[in-house]
Amino acid sequence: MRANLHSLIVWTNETGEANLQSALNRGEAMLRFILSRLAMAIPTVVLVSVTVFALIRFIPGDPAALMLGDMAQPDQIAAMRVELGLDRSMPQQFLIWAGDVLRGDFGRSIVNDEAVLPLVVSRFLVSAEIVVVAVLLASLIAVPAGVIAAWRQNSLTDLALVGTATVLLSIPTFWLGLLLLLLFGLKLGWLPVLGYVSISDNLVDGLLYLVLPVVTLVIHEAGVLIRMARASTLEVLRLDYITHARAKGLSEGAVLWRHAFKNAFGPTWTMIGLILGNLLGGIAVIETVFTIPGLGRLMVDSIFARDYPVIQGCLLFVALSYVLVNLVIDLLYPLFDPRVVAE
Amino acid sequence: MKKLTLNGLIGGILIAVLLVTAAVGLFWTPFDPMKLSFTARLAAPGAAHLLGTDEFGRDVLSRLMVGARASVWIGALTVGFAVICGTLIGLISGYARGWVDGVIMAVNNALLAFPGILLALGLLAVFGANQYGIIFALGIAYTPSMARVVRGAVLSLREREFIEASRVMGNGELYTMLRHILPNCLAPITVLATSMFGWAILSESALSFLGLGVPPPAPTWGNMLAAGRPFLQQAAWLGLFPGLCIALTLLGINLLGDALRDKLDPRMRGLK
Amino acid sequence: MTTDKLLTVCGLSLEVAGSGHQVVKSVSFDLAPGEIFGIVGESGSGKTLATRSLISLLPPNITVTGGSVTYKGRDVLKLKEKELRHLRGAEIGVVFQEPMTSLNPSMTIGRQLEEGLVLHTKAPAQERRLRILDMLKRVGIRDPEGALASYPHEFSGGMRQRIMLASVMLLKPALLIADEPTTALDAVIQRDVMELMVELTRAEGTAVLLISHDLPMVARYTSRIVVMEKGAIVEQGRTEDLLTAPQHPYTRKLLSSLPFRGEPRRIDTSKAPMISAREIIVDYAGRKSLFRKNKPKRALHGVSIDIYEGEVVALVGGSGSGKTTLGRTIAGLVKEDEGRIQFQGRLRTENWADYRLNCQMVFQDPYSSLDPRMTIQALVEEALRLVPGLDGNAKRKRSLETLEEVGLGMEYAGRYPHELSGGQRQRVAIARAIARRPRFLIADEPVSALDVTVRAQVLDLFSDLQKRYGFSCLFISHDLGVVEQVADRVVVMQDGRIIEEGARDSIFDSPKEAYTRRLLSAIPALDQNENGGVTLKWRLEN
Repeated sequence: MRANLHSLIVWTNETGEANLQSALNRGEAMLRFILSRLAMAIPTVVLVSVTVFALIRFIPGDPAALMLGDMAQPDQIAAMRVELGLDRSMPQQFLIWAGDVLRGDFGRSIVNDEAVLPLVVSRFLVSAEIVVVAVLLASLIAVPAGVIAAWRQNSLTDLALVGTATVLLSIPTFWLGLLLLLLFGLKLGWLPVLGYVSISDNLVDGLLYLVLPVVTLVIHEAGVLIRMARASTLEVLRLDYITHARAKGLSEGAVLWRHAFKNAFGPTWTMIGLILGNLLGGIAVIETVFTIPGLGRLMVDSIFARDYPVIQGCLLFVALSYVLVNLVIDLLYPLFDPRVVAE
Repeated sequence: MKKLTLNGLIGGILIAVLLVTAAVGLFWTPFDPMKLSFTARLAAPGAAHLLGTDEFGRDVLSRLMVGARASVWIGALTVGFAVICGTLIGLISGYARGWVDGVIMAVNNALLAFPGILLALGLLAVFGANQYGIIFALGIAYTPSMARVVRGAVLSLREREFIEASRVMGNGELYTMLRHILPNCLAPITVLATSMFGWAILSESALSFLGLGVPPPAPTWGNMLAAGRPFLQQAAWLGLFPGLCIALTLLGINLLGDALRDKLDPRMRGLK
Repeated sequence: MTTDKLLTVCGLSLEVAGSGHQVVKSVSFDLAPGEIFGIVGESGSGKTLATRSLISLLPPNITVTGGSVTYKGRDVLKLKEKELRHLRGAEIGVVFQEPMTSLNPSMTIGRQLEEGLVLHTKAPAQERRLRILDMLKRVGIRDPEGALASYPHEFSGGMRQRIMLASVMLLKPALLIADEPTTALDAVIQRDVMELMVELTRAEGTAVLLISHDLPMVARYTSRIVVMEKGAIVEQGRTEDLLTAPQHPYTRKLLSSLPFRGEPRRIDTSKAPMISAREIIVDYAGRKSLFRKNKPKRALHGVSIDIYEGEVVALVGGSGSGKTTLGRTIAGLVKEDEGRIQFQGRLRTENWADYRLNCQMVFQDPYSSLDPRMTIQALVEEALRLVPGLDGNAKRKRSLETLEEVGLGMEYAGRYPHELSGGQRQRVAIARAIARRPRFLIADEPVSALDVTVRAQVLDLFSDLQKRYGFSCLFISHDLGVVEQVADRVVVMQDGRIIEEGARDSIFDSPKEAYTRRLLSAIPALDQNENGGVTLKWRLEN
């Protein structure tokens, strides 16, 4: 994207044929990069869907019997099998299912006959709120801390930062959540302990309910990101162009910001995407600790209730949003490293 | 250099303590971890019960020791599963290249598109929530990462001149694979396996905490934490000690992993 | 006397912090304005660290333990960080060795060049732009306007080094420190970049501190030289005196390690050649991507070459000339798309196992060509694995004998590659290649990763073994000096074709092709004198 911008400037400023050509080349390379990344996501999406579909089919037992409960008669089950399309071949079943999914029909919950997609989406929004805020805050704290630790490698600051980060990332989030709840909720009584209020219903109360889960996640993920940012900055700091930038007379601030940070941020950026996706799938424990009605909790409850359409819907939705997050991360990567476009 | 050995030392001690505790827990615990006692319910840590008792009067220390065994056992089997399957898949993929590699890697990437714990949750729905369900679910969830790392190592090793030298000597592909490529993959495998051991212990306790892991009354750190939750206000130790065990174990593994990476990763070696 | 000096280094000592290990020992030298001054030394001589301290840019683990660096009357080592920053770039510029990593990959060339001007001058944007364009033109960038918005990865190594030079000279520094500025480049490009550097610095009156392991190259451009060994200066003086009448034994050793022309030998060409490659064509498949199938790139356009019994044929050319591809094709590592290769008069495919036993290879990088997880003895013994008629004991005995032959005694047998120096590793690689007693050896840049003195020893070893076992050899190298020493015949390649070939002396003394002349103009003809010194004669000036 950045390359595009630059090319445009050259293009409008100059009329030289060579510039036009190189601008066109660069634009073409960028377009090819975007298209190839999009194309690479397609087989992943297909295989992810197949996996989700297959996973649920592997569950022991006849889905029709499960749906009808213990009292079902054999002819009822047979009728249900036809209705569900279970009498057809596997590939046919998959295509029917995939077609429904594409039309936004994720099926209905066995437990309460609710449509799965709206249910999943509403729960997802609750989880996403917490996760996105937490990852954003964690990055804002951790990335500068990691860069500073690398810049002062082996100093006391570095040791303290890395040590803290290692301890933080070793604390399981659900335990940390419990401890924070014990301290701020039960002992000090500053923050609510049980229940959940959406910020769309009541902004202040909603925010109060968000504080502890977000803080818990920030503490943990900051540990991961500090180490990542430090490691990738160290890699860059020993390269010649950093010494060259210093030899030009640039201040340490300019060296770190203009030359080191931008080049070192790529791996951390990818990591942020991974964390974002992982949290969307792994937030169940946090939601359990803080009794938040999010997607993770929905998934766990559905597993207990053997509510397979909902499990399937959750799996598919999270996996696809994970693919999407990583795609966006990939597409924005040239901002930090223009070389990926050329490859 | 000093920092590295310190890392390794602390990590090593923590893990050694864990392993010894788990081993001792096999033969001896201060109390019977399953024995209920209504007279000693929620007893605070003290002389009789070093780390207190739970809501059924069971000795927390004894249960933690047995829980350590469960964690180590599940962690080790999970990692073993992922290492064997992942290495095999990675070697085949990197060795065969071409369309075989393409297909394997497409499936691998699709599995990697599930956040690890989510895939494990989905698989648990298939295998059922018990010890072996967890091992299979986590093992399958971690295999793709191992496969990817091994494949990456194989592909980069294939470009090295000593692999070409082996070809020039006339050695067969399989011989070269086993004699030259596999031994040189051991470093990244070891580093990743160490991290995985930590992930597995963390995931196991998280799943048990959610009630999807090893079912009670068998004690694990995760389900002890979950069971102690309603009593936190009266008995903070029920929330404190199991969590501390998990955190110290993870800290040990992370420190040990760092030390191993610094020692085994040749790129890091050049930095010192 | 000292007042007219631009730079005076006096008694400079550096050590690894805390260890007491001295890496630079009491080094003194001085530079006049506009002078080109050389520092020569092998790796580990401390030459790079000594010059880094001139602008106080030492790695954090190195500390100054004594001495002074006076630049224009000010002691650089006592300057504050802020004052140093005014000095760096504006007064003293630095060009580094590795053009691939010395430009910021995520910043356009224009912005990188502009950075220094913004920092050190008050020139307005329009003037900055003009100055940058002018400088890019001067260093030979064809499309300066286009270059401004380009990223470093869009340029070749040679072009990047020109851009580096432009970036530094843009600020018109009074002193340019050039640390191995051309080592990573092809021989021909090396010379162009050096000439450009000299031309630019002369025009601006900039003094140059040229640091390199390459004594003839440094001698060509400098008026005075210091020679460093293990952190200390062993000799310094006027370039010509130092070359023709070296005083210190190390200087003499360096000079005698330079490759000299060997005695011409008679090769019997009446019998069928050992190796005969005919009309070899190799295409590298274009990388397939979803939206564009790149055209296959032809690496070899129907190349033919014969190598006779006991003959050493040198294959020379720049990078991309196809010389390595030809070597790898003959070695069987790359499959030819067309053409045929005969071994001792029969197609090698008729008896591939026999060809494998008799054709061995020595690779360029001794750090990558030995399996790091095997002991030295196991590495050599592995080469005998498929040799018929040798039992386990015989293989073990042969491997130890071969190690002995390359100068590595029993005490090395159980060691691992990382415990050995680069030169020792290359000896192991040679031992591994000759343990089978092959009839034919391919050596791909076998000494280019080695230090000058080590290179000389390994070349001697190679020649000894070649004489003893009489194997034929295809010797691939970009370094014509080395080729002049070992080759019987020289084959010059360019763009996937052989453009000239002939007996060594005729190629070196009367080259016909322009490209061959350019290659030769990069290396001197050496004459040894009785003082242990040499005289350099640059071939084909102009």
